[in-house]
Amino acid sequence: MATATKTGQLTLAKSITEALRRSLKDDEKVLLLGEDIGKLGGVFRVTDGLIAEFGPERVIDTPLAESGVVGVAIGLAMRGYRPVVEIQFDGFIYPAFDQIVAQIAKLHYRSRGTVRLPITIRVPFGGGIGSVEHHSESPEAYFAHTAGLRVVSASNPQDAYDLLRQSIASDDPVLFFEPKRRYWSKGEVNLDPTESLDFSKARVVSPGTDVTMVAYGSLMTTAKEAVEAAEDDGVSIELIDLRSLSPLDLDTVEASVRKTGRLVITHEASEEGGIGAEIAASITERCFNWLEAAPARVTGFNIPYPPAVYEEYFLPDMDRLMDAVDRVLGKHNSRSAWEN
Amino acid sequence: MLRATVSKPDAAEGDILGDEAYIQLITPEGERVENPAFDPAVADIDKSKLADLYEDMVVIRRIDTEATALQRQGQLALWPPLLGQEASQIGSVRALRDDDYAVPSYRENGVAFIRGVSAEDLMRTWKGYAHGSWDPQLHNLAIPNVIIGAQTLHAVGYAMGIQRDGAKSASLAYFGDGATSQGDVNEALVFSAAYQAPVVFFCQNNHWAISEPVRLQAKRQIADRSPGFGVPSLRVDGNDVLAVLAATRVALERAYSGGGPTFIEAVTYRMGPHTTSDDPTKYRTSDEVAEWKTKDPITRVEKHLEKLGAFDEKLQSRVKAKADAVAAELRSKCIGMPKPGPLSMFENVQVEDNPVLERQRAQYAAYLEMFEGEE
Repeated sequence: MATATKTGQLTLAKSITEALRRSLKDDEKVLLLGEDIGKLGGVFRVTDGLIAEFGPERVIDTPLAESGVVGVAIGLAMRGYRPVVEIQFDGFIYPAFDQIVAQIAKLHYRSRGTVRLPITIRVPFGGGIGSVEHHSESPEAYFAHTAGLRVVSASNPQDAYDLLRQSIASDDPVLFFEPKRRYWSKGEVNLDPTESLDFSKARVVSPGTDVTMVAYGSLMTTAKEAVEAAEDDGVSIELIDLRSLSPLDLDTVEASVRKTGRLVITHEASEEGGIGAEIAASITERCFNWLEAAPARVTGFNIPYPPAVYEEYFLPDMDRLMDAVDRVLGKHNSRSAWEN
Repeated sequence: MLRATVSKPDAAEGDILGDEAYIQLITPEGERVENPAFDPAVADIDKSKLADLYEDMVVIRRIDTEATALQRQGQLALWPPLLGQEASQIGSVRALRDDDYAVPSYRENGVAFIRGVSAEDLMRTWKGYAHGSWDPQLHNLAIPNVIIGAQTLHAVGYAMGIQRDGAKSASLAYFGDGATSQGDVNEALVFSAAYQAPVVFFCQNNHWAISEPVRLQAKRQIADRSPGFGVPSLRVDGNDVLAVLAATRVALERAYSGGGPTFIEAVTYRMGPHTTSDDPTKYRTSDEVAEWKTKDPITRVEKHLEKLGAFDEKLQSRVKAKADAVAAELRSKCIGMPKPGPLSMFENVQVEDNPVLERQRAQYAAYLEMFEGEE
């Protein structure tokens, strides 16, 4: 019965659990590795119950060494396995940086296509949970900058399920960024969708005519608030959920900007060298003659992720998005003084 | 024989160039030393099989000499010599079965040759035409790794895969004394012990990490380190092919039978430079090199075979013919290798389509087309 596949309302975290469960069930080569993912079910309980269902040979609690976890995942993939690694928090990924960017990202290329590494690295990312340092970072641009990696981020439960299943099924290595402050937001999830949008594609979430707004992950919720607020002001925003951060679906953004002539990009990660910079540059190259204003970025500042007390200022919110919308529309905005 | 307990400081501490207390079955003078613990592991190595090991070592030394010459002649961009480490490479790789999986660093070109890698594939990387060359699945040999020690984790992961497959095989990681300082090697030891993975850590202590002496990496013998991780170790004369073969077989048997990981320190010496770009006269004495020349891995087997009456004209001409043939093949494949076209650099970045990369490739192709027909 088709109804058996409908779960009703699931939290985003549970939709990831279901994607892992289905992937483990469908392919015996799928393994989970990570710190505290066994009996505890992970610090966010995303792997809750999976060790009981699939056993410790497939849901593997690892020693506390991120380079080690990712490094042995490579060896398992060389042997024909399909490892899914959990990095406990965004800020803990750096010890594994070499194994990700110098090993995983390059092995297919370095082996002239003979080695495939179908490894998925799950990373809860972003701030807004009032945590201590190293628990709120957005390191996605490092990996989007690295050739050979796919970088994906979900913003809602259905996408989290679909994108993770596609990431695990992919023969390419994927960095899967989970919007941790939306783990508990709920949505309808179809566990057997007849067709789901390819994980390399962005989605136009709401069509509009005046401004294109591009977001991903946790900030999609914020961006939706901005779309509604703008609508009240008579401004029509076309909102795009990037979903794939590498490769970027620039064709979708380009088509939208050719229509609207205006672009606002937002992410929590700091501005310099970020995903927004790449989109702004690429879209300016592709759409220079269609742009009515310079693309605007609304991002974290170029500071280390600040102590929790500053989060409300650091993280892009609806008001900062609206200020940028005013800027691309040529209306009075916070930077008017710099615009002459 | 296995160092399963914490070692105590002794007089040798601080003098890790001292080579006492290791497994040696053939002395530099060619004398066979009896060793009740390790002799059984090489009981099958008769005169004829020892002559085969001798041939292997001569051939890979010849590969090394030829490749070094090709680099000097501008045919290779770089070459990392294995001169002096023939016994470590041959003794270990000849202990492996076909279904065992070896994970090398970048100096194991002798290992690669024995695992069946073609001359063309051996040369391609060092010619600058590829980063890695062969298909690992064809040879059960990973491609070289230049990041020091990173591959040891891959070997452990591969061994965890072997466990999950219920297979009776093992993986073997090659690395050097310098690598033992790397976090990855230490993490690999932790993981191997945690899961009792069927892996052999094969450390060629060749005494030099480019210009840094082994005593900068380790204040105690390297073999003393792994027992602290719960990984028993063996220290072996890395210039003695029979001892290396025995030690590696013992370690592999432990792995096959569920005994878990083993660490081998093969004490050898890098007679040549780190790579063809290096100048070792700046950091080490000629006396040191001369001393190690007296421990040459090939000469001692010649002497031993002589004592056995097996180092005859027939063997010598057979080995020379093989080495000559391999060297000629290497040279012709290296010089005749077709240069890849520029657009092939875009291949094999990812398995699945990447429209952004495809656009970049197409735009670069269009750029190149502008010059077509020009001289």
